[in-house]
Amino acid sequence: MNKKFLIPLALFAALVVFLAVGLTRDPREIPSPLVGKPAPEFSLPMLVGDKAFSPSDMKGKVWLFNVWATWCVACREEHPLLVEFSKQSRIPVVGLSYKEIQAQDQPNGPLKEADKLQLARERSLRFLQRQGDPYTLSVLDLDGSVGINYGVYGVPETYLIDRQGVIRYKRVGPLTPQILQDTLLPLIQTLEAS
Amino acid sequence: MKWMLLCWMLLAPWAMAREAQPMAEDTQVEARLVVIADELRCMVCQNESLASSHAELAEDLRREVRKLIRDNKSDAEIKTYLVERYGDFVLYRPQVKPLTWPLWFGPFFMLLLAIWGLWRYLRLRKNALAMQHTMSTDTSHTAAHKD
Repeated sequence: MNKKFLIPLALFAALVVFLAVGLTRDPREIPSPLVGKPAPEFSLPMLVGDKAFSPSDMKGKVWLFNVWATWCVACREEHPLLVEFSKQSRIPVVGLSYKEIQAQDQPNGPLKEADKLQLARERSLRFLQRQGDPYTLSVLDLDGSVGINYGVYGVPETYLIDRQGVIRYKRVGPLTPQILQDTLLPLIQTLEAS
Repeated sequence: MKWMLLCWMLLAPWAMAREAQPMAEDTQVEARLVVIADELRCMVCQNESLASSHAELAEDLRREVRKLIRDNKSDAEIKTYLVERYGDFVLYRPQVKPLTWPLWFGPFFMLLLAIWGLWRYLRLRKNALAMQHTMSTDTSHTAAHKD
């Protein structure tokens, strides 16, 4: 029997499969070119105290770098998980407060740098006091220039950095218990062992 | 969706509160910025170019690109700067490299495949027609012969 009529059907089925797989993928999930590269260096004021922090201060440690802001709704979603993580894990978590002061916070024109810094400190500290503070330390990136060097485009973002200061993992968007269990914790274990 | 909404929300104050800002000091820088930024994707509002987006991040990136232009960086250097941070996705016109070969040459490959298929089909049909023709002349011939 001639089954040639099945060929278009098979082609159509293949097309449907491709489209169906395409639907399940998140267009926001873009592989970061930074994974496998050294974490960009910076020096930013810390949230508490008047010292500055640089990633090179963490050499020899495996650490988590979390980009957040109090105006970021998804960060609030993620926050309890980070607090829980910081209680259970031994690795330091460094927070980067990303552009805490937005354009709508400055209706009468740009604030002075010092005022911006103070307002950002007040708001971030209040947030952390209320919601719990998962961060070993936090730094403030007011103009977002460090964010650009880390390729930040959708807060929250999380990076895992190894002992040599190389970025080993990047997540755009909130962490989930599943990502933590399946990806982050095993990776932290292997990095700590090496 | 959330981001689209956010983009619009960020856009709203611009629509009302911002007066036409004086064009940046340096028109030459601005002209180059528009050309470069038109080729780059805004990562927040993914379907807008960096030139046309009003997202905060786009604003910051334009500022960064302006800085690079003032530092006399070439277009290629500026694009590399962004690709190093955000990946190939920021480019609307992807670079030609092994990973993007299917993207660039796939359509031509498909076209060649289709032409080959058509050629094969036509040849088969021609053969079949010719065969039919000889067969029908054969039968008429033999029939005539019988008479």
